[in-house]
This record gives sequence, C-alpha cells and structure tokens, in this order.
Amino acid sequence: MDFLNDIPWLLMLSSVAKTLFLIFLVVLPLVSYTVYAERRVSALIQDRLGPNRTGFPTSLLGFKSDLQLYLGGLGQPIADAVKFLLKEEFTPGHVNKFYFWMAPVLAMVPALSTLAVLPFGNYMFGQKMVVADVNVGILYVFAIASVGVYGIVLAGWSSNSKYPFLGGIRSTSQMISYELSLGLSAVPVLMIIGDLNLSEAIRYQVENGWLLLPFTDGKLTLREVLLWFPVFVSFVVFTISMFAETNRLPFDLPESETELVAGYHTEYSSMKFALFFLGEYAAMIAGSSLIVVLFLGGWHLPFLPVNTAETSLTLAGGLLGLIHITVFFAKVVVLLLCFIWVRWTLPRFRFDQLMKLGWLYLFEIALVNIFITAAVIAFVK
Amino acid sequence: MSPILFWLFTALMLAFGTSVVLNRDPVASALSLVASFLCLSALFVGLDAFFIGVIQILVYAGAVMVLFLFIIMLLDLKAEQRRQFNRLSLAGGGAVAVGFMFELLHVLNSFSIGKNPFPPLGVARLDDVRQVGITLFTQFNLPFQTVGVLVLVASVGVIVLSRRELK
Repeated sequence: MDFLNDIPWLLMLSSVAKTLFLIFLVVLPLVSYTVYAERRVSALIQDRLGPNRTGFPTSLLGFKSDLQLYLGGLGQPIADAVKFLLKEEFTPGHVNKFYFWMAPVLAMVPALSTLAVLPFGNYMFGQKMVVADVNVGILYVFAIASVGVYGIVLAGWSSNSKYPFLGGIRSTSQMISYELSLGLSAVPVLMIIGDLNLSEAIRYQVENGWLLLPFTDGKLTLREVLLWFPVFVSFVVFTISMFAETNRLPFDLPESETELVAGYHTEYSSMKFALFFLGEYAAMIAGSSLIVVLFLGGWHLPFLPVNTAETSLTLAGGLLGLIHITVFFAKVVVLLLCFIWVRWTLPRFRFDQLMKLGWLYLFEIALVNIFITAAVIAFVK
Repeated sequence: MSPILFWLFTALMLAFGTSVVLNRDPVASALSLVASFLCLSALFVGLDAFFIGVIQILVYAGAVMVLFLFIIMLLDLKAEQRRQFNRLSLAGGGAVAVGFMFELLHVLNSFSIGKNPFPPLGVARLDDVRQVGITLFTQFNLPFQTVGVLVLVASVGVIVLSRRELK
C-alpha cells in the first residue's frame, strides 16, 4: 500500500492520526496511570494501601452521598489532574518570568517528541505504525533527549534561589555525563543490526530472534550465543544510563528532597509543576520504549504471525495489528514497573558516587563492549 | 522542501542569529544561538540530509550549548549587561559585513554556475548515514584518523593546561 503514501495530504492525515493516537490515547493516559502505579506499588512495597478509594464525588453535584463504585482508586489520576488544573498558579516575585514560564514547556515537549520515531506496532490499515520512519531513528531520539536538559537548566536558573539552582546544575552535569554511556552502549546493538532505523531494528529481531532473547526465532547459532554477552552488558549499561537520564532514583540527585527541598521545581506550583512531572514520566515511557525496541523485539511475539501492508487491511490482519500494538505497550508497562520497583528498593547515590559510576565504570565498560562486539562480528560468521 | 518552510526557517534562523549579537543578556544570547541551530537543522532536514540535521542538534544544541549555558550561569556575568556599545566598532563591523555581502554577490554573479538554478535532487531517499560512513572510512580514512588523533591531543592538552596543581 505504499502508493497511498504518494498522496501528500493522505500521508499528512495519517501522520496526524498516528500522532494524536499515540499522544492522547496512549502516552498521556499511560503517564497518569504510571503515577498511580507508582503510588500503589510503593504502598505495596512499604506495606501500606495507597490511593485505593477515589470514586465519583457526586455529593459535589447536590446528591446526598458519593457514588459508591469499587474502582480500586483508578479515578485518582483524574482527581490529580483536576487538582493540578484548579490550584492557584503562583509565580514568585523574584524569578526571571520569561524563562520561568518557558522551562516547563521545554521539559515536556522533547520528552513527547522523541516518541515520533518509535515503531509502536506493525502494519495497520496498510500503514506502518510509526509517525516518522526516518533513517536516523535512534540518533533523533538521542538528539531530542539531549535538548530536554534545557528545561531543567532554565528552571533551576530562572527560579533565582539556591536550591533550584543547585538542582539545575546537578542535572546538567548528570545528563551530559550519562548521555555518553547511553549512546556508546547502544552502539553494539546498532553494529549487530546494521541500521539506525528503528523499524529495521525490529525487522532484524523478528527474523533473527530478539537481541536479548536470541532463541525467539526457534534456533540458536554460535554467533548469537557469543553476541549475547556483549548485548547483555550493553542492555545493563543502557538501562542504568536511562535511569540517570530520566532523573529516576537511585539517581534523582537533581531533586533529592533531603538536600534540595525539591530541586529545580521547588518554586513551581500547580500546572507548571505538573508539566515537569508529566515530562519526567513521558521521558520514562520514551526510554522504556527505546529499550523494548532495541533489546526486546518491539511489537513482536514469537508465536504470532507477522502482518504485511496488504494483509493488515483484512479483519484478521487489523486485529493482529491491534494485538501487536498491545504487545508493545505491555512490554513498556513491564519495564515501567521495573523502574518503579527499583525506585522504592534502592537508596539514593551520593553525587560523587554518581559521577564516578558514570565516568569511571559505565563509560569504559561501554567502550570495551564495542570492541568485543566488533571482534565477534568480524571473526564468527 | 516547500518554499514556505524554507523561507520560514531561514527567516527564523537569521532573526535568532541577530538576537545572539544584539542581546545584552548572555543567557538570552546563548538560547538564541540554540534556537538558530534548531532552525538550521530544520533546513538540513528539508534537504533530506537527516544525518547532518540530527548531528547539528545532538552535538551543537544538545552538548556544546548546554556547556556554554552551564558556564554562563555559573559565572553569573553581570558586567556584560552593563557594557555600552562602542559606536566606532559598531560602524566598523557593519562596514565589514556589508562589504563582504557585496563581494559575495559579485563573485556569484561573475561565473556562470553561480547563476544557474540548483539542479533538482533525486527523489529516492538517501541512505545518508551509510554514505557518510563509507566515504569517510574508505576514501578519507587516513585524514579522518589523523583528525581524530588531533582532537584527542587537543583535549588532553586542555586538561593538562587547566589542571590545578594540588599542593
């Protein structure tokens, strides 16, 4: 169905449809329910209950009592959103107003923009389920993610008080340091796949087995076994660096409460604070999606057939496309739960330990890993 | 690339470039430079040169300018904002710029290739990353490696020069 893409307005329409679907129907709800999951899982880990009874406050509308429906607290994200929107928007007098208003937007937009090149499904309605199928795929993700640091830096600087400033500075040095190991640890994967395009990365894994689980195509060669070790190392380094890039615990030094109040967003309130919050979780989702695409086979499940552009127009093909999208986001959700699990299990690093880990260990491991992968690729056919 | 987008991004790029020079506030200057880089990379993407467009953002906007901004914020440059423009140097700079522009126009008009419109680019998508890689590592391997060693020497030199002796 590639001829459809020759009509410019149709291409535009399908891109807009895919963008709207991805952002408003998948990612933003996923963000708010990740926040909910964060609270419920942390409660589970700490032997509490967490938010488990938010329902419909019908008494606000004049009814005698609230509507009693057992939702298990699933209404909590809606209540949170309403609270954020209705709270007073307070801008302190000592801030640099222009940058203070710009910073939350700069934190939120790059996180959402990185999703543009992620293939979140196979074909559906004859269309590839990726907004922009560009050849520089993963470089685009790194580039946009590296712009995301401006939001935090500007928030810290424009707040014009010491805690946000320290948070902003910590965040800058942390993100610059870990960008290196993040990029370098992805290189072995790209060498094996031989392409920067993320759809190609998944196509390779459909044909040869997922990189982290090379037996998913039903056979295991010597080359795959030997490559598994560098791939595993790069998976570990990539995941750790991703935790640091998204400012998640154990690396949340930029906003560590015990030292910096709330770090770079200390002076922010209501929706502006919520934008930072959403940006952080959107970055988490983008990071998890990238891990899924690079190491865990993207939308692929071994025993399911794979759509082509033609078969996706039939009913069965359409259903299959839907299943593939579900599989992709199921994998992302599992990784998000790991993010949450780590956050409530590990204590925070000290800042010098963080820098030492990034520069003295992860960076070198990632570099050596590239050479090992190159040797395996060169000598084992 | 649609001409509207081309002119839009060119105008934006030049506007931000001007604001780099005219702004008194160093932070505003640095951010204008970032915005200008983003518009430039949009122009590259419009020419189907995705690789160079993305590298422009990754290296300049994402790494170099973040460090610039970092240093500017740490130093908290107030002197720069108080500084007055020197009329004479302003006039001199303007004269050089105008002269250079006339020279460029003259050169472009004086040979035939400069007057021809640019030939249309091929419709096929370029696999530009692969092309750049193959060209660099086959045709220009030695210069490429030499440049790499030079950059390494320069960065080691910077570290040696800026290191404070611990007593």
